[in-house]
Amino acid sequence: MHKFFIRSFVSSLVLLFTFTVAATAKDVKAAFVYIGPTGDHGWTYQHDVGRKAVEAAGFKTTYVEGVPESADAERVLRQLANSGHDVIFTTSFGYMNPTNKVAKEFPNVKFEHATGYKREHPNVSTYAARFYEGRTILGTIAGTMTKSNVIGYVASFPIPEVIRGINSFTLAAQKVNPNIKTKIVWAFTWYDPGKEAEAAKALIDQGADVIAQHTDSTAIVQIAEKAGVYAFGQASDMDKFAPKAVLTSVENNWGPYYVDRVKAVANGTWSQKDTWHGIGDGMVVISDLDSQMPADLRSKVKKLQADLASGKVHSFTGPIYDQKGNLMVAEGKTADDGMLAGMMTYVKGVEGDIPK
Amino acid sequence: MIVDINFIGLIIASIMASAVPLILASCGELITERSGVLNLGVEGMMIIGAISGFALMTVTGSLIIAVFGAMLAGVLISTIFAFLTQTLITNHVATGLALTIFGIGISAMIGKNFVGIPGKEFPVLFEGLKDTMPLISPILFGHSIVFYFAFALPFITSYFLKKTKIGLIVRAVGDSPESASNQGINVRLVRYACILYGGAMCGLAGAYLSMIYTPQWIENMTGGRGWIALALVVFSTWNPIKILIGAMIFGGLTIIQFHMQAIGVRIPVQFLTALPYIVTIIVLVVISRDSRKIRLSTPSSLGKSFHKDN
Repeated sequence: MHKFFIRSFVSSLVLLFTFTVAATAKDVKAAFVYIGPTGDHGWTYQHDVGRKAVEAAGFKTTYVEGVPESADAERVLRQLANSGHDVIFTTSFGYMNPTNKVAKEFPNVKFEHATGYKREHPNVSTYAARFYEGRTILGTIAGTMTKSNVIGYVASFPIPEVIRGINSFTLAAQKVNPNIKTKIVWAFTWYDPGKEAEAAKALIDQGADVIAQHTDSTAIVQIAEKAGVYAFGQASDMDKFAPKAVLTSVENNWGPYYVDRVKAVANGTWSQKDTWHGIGDGMVVISDLDSQMPADLRSKVKKLQADLASGKVHSFTGPIYDQKGNLMVAEGKTADDGMLAGMMTYVKGVEGDIPK
Repeated sequence: MIVDINFIGLIIASIMASAVPLILASCGELITERSGVLNLGVEGMMIIGAISGFALMTVTGSLIIAVFGAMLAGVLISTIFAFLTQTLITNHVATGLALTIFGIGISAMIGKNFVGIPGKEFPVLFEGLKDTMPLISPILFGHSIVFYFAFALPFITSYFLKKTKIGLIVRAVGDSPESASNQGINVRLVRYACILYGGAMCGLAGAYLSMIYTPQWIENMTGGRGWIALALVVFSTWNPIKILIGAMIFGGLTIIQFHMQAIGVRIPVQFLTALPYIVTIIVLVVISRDSRKIRLSTPSSLGKSFHKDN
């Protein structure tokens, strides 16, 4: 509650400020609505890096941090739309309904909603990144580098985005090493360094020698560094936090898309779109590969990266079976975007059940 | 499954490490509450300690300056609370909540420049003895000095309150400020001192998180541990030894539930996640169910303002 109050207070100050200075500006102005603080060094941080790219391209931007996914979001959106912003990026899944609702009231303002699927009005676009492509690369590395054949995976919440990541990771790891086991621990948080560290420690104590994460803090790679096991960075390049442990990171790179869309608004060429970009379009970036990896693995990963980018390789290529052995994707086929977007079952080889 | 004895030692060591910030903050808050002051600003003081420690470590490069600086920062922010509640006689609950909000806000502001900077290695003691004995050595050796201090603190606190004159004065002030004042004790001074001490311990708890446990700065990184520390004080019925037990149970269940998940125990994860909170409260309530003892150890004037001696 306390956090909520301070956020609301700060938000209202920011809004008041933008309201007083904005109205007369003729240039295109972009607003960003964040779920967390820009200081999380994870999800919101990366969106803010994207916002700074928009600023660098010569546009004015505003942002509101820590906006709850509730009726509050609507209020914030309405005020941003009212105060002369031409395009508003709403960067969390839970803003889906508020975004569509407010978009109806402001047909001249463009709305861009991250990770959602509802585009009820012509002024609403959606965009997301194919992070699972990055996880295919991590899985390939993990399957090759593990000696204990136990890979730990710290997960956040049981939503399709996370399940898809686990599946893509496991499929890739199994492909290079059929004996591996993926142990999954649900932390039920996006970022809480202490809790993430404890989850990682538990996995390492149980024999995992490679740790993957779908939570945002750098605590996990630090624990891996101390324990002498391998890990991967999440959202941003985490190499400097754990130079020995981090083999590579999957970075979220929103900047080019944001600049593109704001420019489109400025040129009057903006139109409704559903964007789901991956490695090929540069929305998902693989950091430098650590030199501890054998040279042949590094070249294999480079090739895989190129093939994922070109579309020659798809992360979900059949035959894929679920845990019970039912066929999910037939041989020679690939999973379509509809299946990927709603993926809520583990593939064969993942241990345990998805928390309900 | 064959259970490796060293594996158990490792688990116990991680449980103890996760209990450290809770013990430090709770023992500090316990002294504050024993003097009759309810400071709900624990979370805020911890987060101020966390950012101060991390910032000083990054800027000065000295771990000693950072640790003591974090404690000093805790003292400074609790001075605000002390001034408001003791000198201006504001309401304890409202002021404490404001302190937490203030702490979270200002730490985020200071912390903007410290996001994404890796922390420094904190030295550990007796590293060489770590492999000497199975089970016991990973528990006893190879930890930071703050770790050892935290596990000594409940005993020191207990001794202080029960056996020393100053401890007696603190309890007297908390139980009956009027009588204490009539005895010539400066109630306000004692309460000031207890509040500042609580601030120092919360600052240290925060510094442990940002410098030793997970060496980095992230906004809001205390993650509600201040509130758990506060709850531990109440559920332990203001007994330092029970705080130690409660902190160990809480830390233990948090870690064991992760182990259970990793082993693949088929219990709903949400239940496992809630387990530490539920069990800690149940255990503490059960071990403290003697109502006569609760009445004896609850500071009678807790949270009540006192403004007689000027």
